[in-house]
Amino acid sequence: MAKVLLYNIARFVVLLLMQVFLFKNIGYYNLATPFPYILFILLLPVGIPNFILYCLAFIMGVSVDAFYDTLGVNAAACVALAWSRIMFVRITIQTDHYENYMTPIWGTVPFRWYFLYVLVLALFHHTVLFSLEAFTFHQFHYTFIRILLSCIFTVIIILLFSLLFYRKKQR
Amino acid sequence: MKNLWLIFTKYNAFFLFIVFFGLAFYLVVRNNTFQRALVVNSSNHLVGSAYEKINAWKSYLYLSEENASLAEENAALREQLQRFTMPDTMIQGVVNDTVHHVQYQYIVAKVTNNSIHQQNNYITLDKGRKHGIERGMGVISSSGIVGIVLHVSEHFCTVQSLLHSETRISAALEDSQAFGSLVWGDNYDPRIGTLKDIPNHVKVREGELIYTSGFSLFPPGILAGKVVQTGISGGDSFLDIKIELSTQFHNLQQVYVVKNVLAAEKAALESQNDDNG
Repeated sequence: MAKVLLYNIARFVVLLLMQVFLFKNIGYYNLATPFPYILFILLLPVGIPNFILYCLAFIMGVSVDAFYDTLGVNAAACVALAWSRIMFVRITIQTDHYENYMTPIWGTVPFRWYFLYVLVLALFHHTVLFSLEAFTFHQFHYTFIRILLSCIFTVIIILLFSLLFYRKKQR
Repeated sequence: MKNLWLIFTKYNAFFLFIVFFGLAFYLVVRNNTFQRALVVNSSNHLVGSAYEKINAWKSYLYLSEENASLAEENAALREQLQRFTMPDTMIQGVVNDTVHHVQYQYIVAKVTNNSIHQQNNYITLDKGRKHGIERGMGVISSSGIVGIVLHVSEHFCTVQSLLHSETRISAALEDSQAFGSLVWGDNYDPRIGTLKDIPNHVKVREGELIYTSGFSLFPPGILAGKVVQTGISGGDSFLDIKIELSTQFHNLQQVYVVKNVLAAEKAALESQNDDNG
């Protein structure tokens, strides 16, 4: 329990710092900009209460926004991500099947599920994020391409992270 | 209350999402100038388009006044045009005047077939397309109005007589210049017509003459008939006036087909009225 808390706090700090100091400067023209900080929200324990999940997602989003000078945009996207995460988990997992404090990371969960999880949630997050950033349907195809390319970029980085910390767990 | 709370707890993910997302959205709009400008603009746009819609509806309410003023303008224009037309309406043929336009040309025609006893009467004339007759021209005789050209063949044309249930001709009272529609009405007497749509307040005396108003196909000032009975109320605010037609339909021989040279121009002008309406 304490270990899980510690891990998550560390993840929060590390991912936030990496996002605002490293990934902010990486991008393919304005088309693909990665947002791997969402990994923090993705890796929160499965059995986390909804309210706490929303609070953490909101705090994470606002923290990133503070550095991006786009107050609210990332927060909204993270809240949307939290909601989609709840839905995704509800649909795909019987909660009692796994222990409540389990971190849904590759190694404890099958890769196929993990990949789908990351892909769907990242797509959700990026859709909200870029739509709010554009805030108009004008040149929608441009926004759409940004969403798709950024999503691919983010998913690749998240999978690389996961590979880095991959550890086959004995269940 | 308990059920409400149950719903809240059961779907807490959704309600919490709404709350947090609303908060974030509020932050977005409040703190980012671009989004704020857009929100304000779009609301302005909403308000603007709402006003536009309302005005579009309101304009219908003032349509009659608008039409009246346009009709007045038309009348003034017509009066100006009238200065350039030939004063003698009985002359036949064309006067080639290169300085001034001739508004009305007259084509002499002979009646080859006539009926007065049907509900819808038609007249056949011995002039057709070859002689320059077109559909929609007015037909007059020396004694008054005859009708409107309906179909044209190469050498003949048929005329929808004034004695037809669907013929309406704009005519005006001599004294008051109030104008209405001259129709045959629902009687079967070829000597009697009805002048409709004259407002109630207009004073009409028996024996008053009726002339064409010039608003329709016919030149203004052609005798149409005289009032034999006034004050037959057709509705609440209009008089139906009984008219003795001046045209002798039963022995109609020689007629004139009126070619309004400026008819196309007039139609174009009046179609603009429709656009405005």
